[in-house]
Amino acid sequence: MKKLNLSKNAKHDLVTYGIVVVAYLVMEILMKAGLVSSLLKGLLVPLCIYAIMAVSLNLTVGILGELSLGHAGFMCVGAFASAFFSMCMKESAMPGGLRFLLALIIGALAAGIFGILIGIPVLRLRGDYLAIVTLAFGEIIKNLVNVLYIGRDVDGFHFSMKDSLSLNLGEGGKVIVNGAQGITGTPNDSNFTIGIILLLITLVIILNFIHSRTGRAVMAIRDNRIAAESVGINITKYKLMAFAISAALAGIAGVLYAHNLATLTALPKNFGYNMSIMILVYVVLGGIGSTRGSMIAAVILTLLPELLRGLNDYRMLIYSIVLIAMMLFNWSPKAREFREKYSWKRIMKNGKKEEV
Amino acid sequence: MKKAVSMMLALALVVGTLAGCGSSAPAESSSEAATESTAEAGATFKIGGIGPITGGAAVYGTAVKNAQEIAVEEINAAGGINGYQIELKFEDDEHDAEKAVNAYNTLKDWGMQVLMGTVTSAPCVAVAEKTHEDNMFQITPSGTSVPCVQYDNAFRVCFSDPNQGSASAIYMGTNKLASKVAVIYDSSDVYSSGIYENFAAEAKNQGIEIVVAESFTADNKTDFTIQLQKAKDSGAELLFLPIYYNEAALILKQADTMGFKPIIFGCDGLDGILAVEDFDKALAEDVMLLTPFAADAEDEATKSFVGKFNEKYNDTPNQFAADAYDAMYIIKAAMEEANCTPDMSVDEIGTAMIEAMKTITVDGLTGAGMTWTADGEVNKAPKAVIIKDGVYKAM
Repeated sequence: MKKLNLSKNAKHDLVTYGIVVVAYLVMEILMKAGLVSSLLKGLLVPLCIYAIMAVSLNLTVGILGELSLGHAGFMCVGAFASAFFSMCMKESAMPGGLRFLLALIIGALAAGIFGILIGIPVLRLRGDYLAIVTLAFGEIIKNLVNVLYIGRDVDGFHFSMKDSLSLNLGEGGKVIVNGAQGITGTPNDSNFTIGIILLLITLVIILNFIHSRTGRAVMAIRDNRIAAESVGINITKYKLMAFAISAALAGIAGVLYAHNLATLTALPKNFGYNMSIMILVYVVLGGIGSTRGSMIAAVILTLLPELLRGLNDYRMLIYSIVLIAMMLFNWSPKAREFREKYSWKRIMKNGKKEEV
Repeated sequence: MKKAVSMMLALALVVGTLAGCGSSAPAESSSEAATESTAEAGATFKIGGIGPITGGAAVYGTAVKNAQEIAVEEINAAGGINGYQIELKFEDDEHDAEKAVNAYNTLKDWGMQVLMGTVTSAPCVAVAEKTHEDNMFQITPSGTSVPCVQYDNAFRVCFSDPNQGSASAIYMGTNKLASKVAVIYDSSDVYSSGIYENFAAEAKNQGIEIVVAESFTADNKTDFTIQLQKAKDSGAELLFLPIYYNEAALILKQADTMGFKPIIFGCDGLDGILAVEDFDKALAEDVMLLTPFAADAEDEATKSFVGKFNEKYNDTPNQFAADAYDAMYIIKAAMEEANCTPDMSVDEIGTAMIEAMKTITVDGLTGAGMTWTADGEVNKAPKAVIIKDGVYKAM
């Protein structure tokens, strides 16, 4: 049999896609057989959301080499932009599928535009400025959404930053974005299949980006800015491109999030600083720069607290211990030494030698 | 080496997924065949609770959880509902809509038949969507925002936000407390902004002028001098605080330092202000609040509940606890009215209890003669209390 002539990268990528497809097929079969608990069924879409978030943040942190602490802010932008659109279109005759597709595009565009706006001034600087600015951005967006009131009546849209009364809505007017109460009643368009398709699209975009000429330029900037500049790479342009893609993909995750639950509020819990850090944790534990690792870490760390529910009060304690243990296992020098000594590759190599 | 790590992670993923399936397999079969399996087990009602017991809102969830346990112990000791004992399970939602749905699904796997929850508003709206799909009977002790009970399977024990806001305005109007009112509210909080908006709408009809409406957010709630200065300059006679007690305690302290002494009026969120550590109770003198429950009320039921709560958890119950305690007795009353038995399916129990809710009348800690309308709202008299000499006095 003729061996497929694939590069090492292509093989590696195919395994990544394969994991997603196999996971999808296994879950679908199990669901058809009725073996999946309601808990796991309910978790499937969030798993896709967080996997997309982790993979997209990995582009900024791992490939571009910049620290972003406001990734949840981009998710928030995508979520609210798309939910607002869906609420406006809910009563129109537009079919659900088309509406959701448009919502996805709007969410990704909105988040991408914010990414560019933030990137233009900040990515020109050296040092940790992106971390500081994205941190502020995430908090600002969260607070901005909390004081934003948008309503609609026969005259068109009304905006206010004070309260829903000052919208002065006419007869039959409806408040769509109601400040801290957020958006209520978004159509439930997300499902597992859509989530997996979006995750695959995200992976295709990011993996191809990394292996492209542009991706190599971005990694060159990460590894040595001066050297990259000296060979004529436009630093700001490439940085901005990577950052905007990362933000737009976070926006897609936001769209999925907004259309998964009936209520969308910007709480510190879901779009705040903690969430940004949580996603950074996925990336760090999955191995900075490893797309597949980020995805798998996101899935495990989202599942873990739910599967630990049986432990009641101790579950958050155990969860944090697992985080620490994973961190040590992945990054401490001793653990690395140990892993290298007992890695599968080495064991297999030794086995082969013995055969010879 | 990298490969080894990813393989290990992949392995962990598979194990995790399998573990999820494994543990759920028996539960899943029971949801299909809930009727037989529970009937064989001989019968307990499975009632679930959802609320935050970790995170920022843990105070409320813990109070609800504890009160629910007390109520279930009492009901079980007195022979249960229709002769069947109750089994209780409470799941954490961390005050997050997504986690609340996970908690709901966990309880469903466990075989929950009736849901008491959730404690806070935003998660409640998300869960109500799911209970509506399953036609599961749901009663929230303290989810105040309007869409919490938008479906016919959901009811609530507390007043809704609009109800509290307009009740406050009507109370001020009819008792002629003040004509110029200043409001300080938390614009990042659903409860607080909900009350404020409806207060403002009703204030117009009552001839009350809102001279200042200042807001703060959850990220910025320690210094209120700017808001208070504006209120003071505007010449407001009354300061309306539709917020929770922690911030209110700070506001009272800072207003006192500034020499600003208006009439203070609050809603049920102020309940608990006397228990704040290092708070000078004299500052809360003459504060009025609309609350359904005062822990030092003199009636038998309240005394016995507060006593038990104190004994078991070494704490004084707040109105969330009282709402939850009532919620369990409301479930009991509705189940008895509907003649529910544990072998009925979730859907059957739901349909029967929804009908029963329209006919029952319950005397609870948070109000006498509570009745419900089809839209899920409770009818009971709002109670106002005033703080005199460091204790709540009914007005």
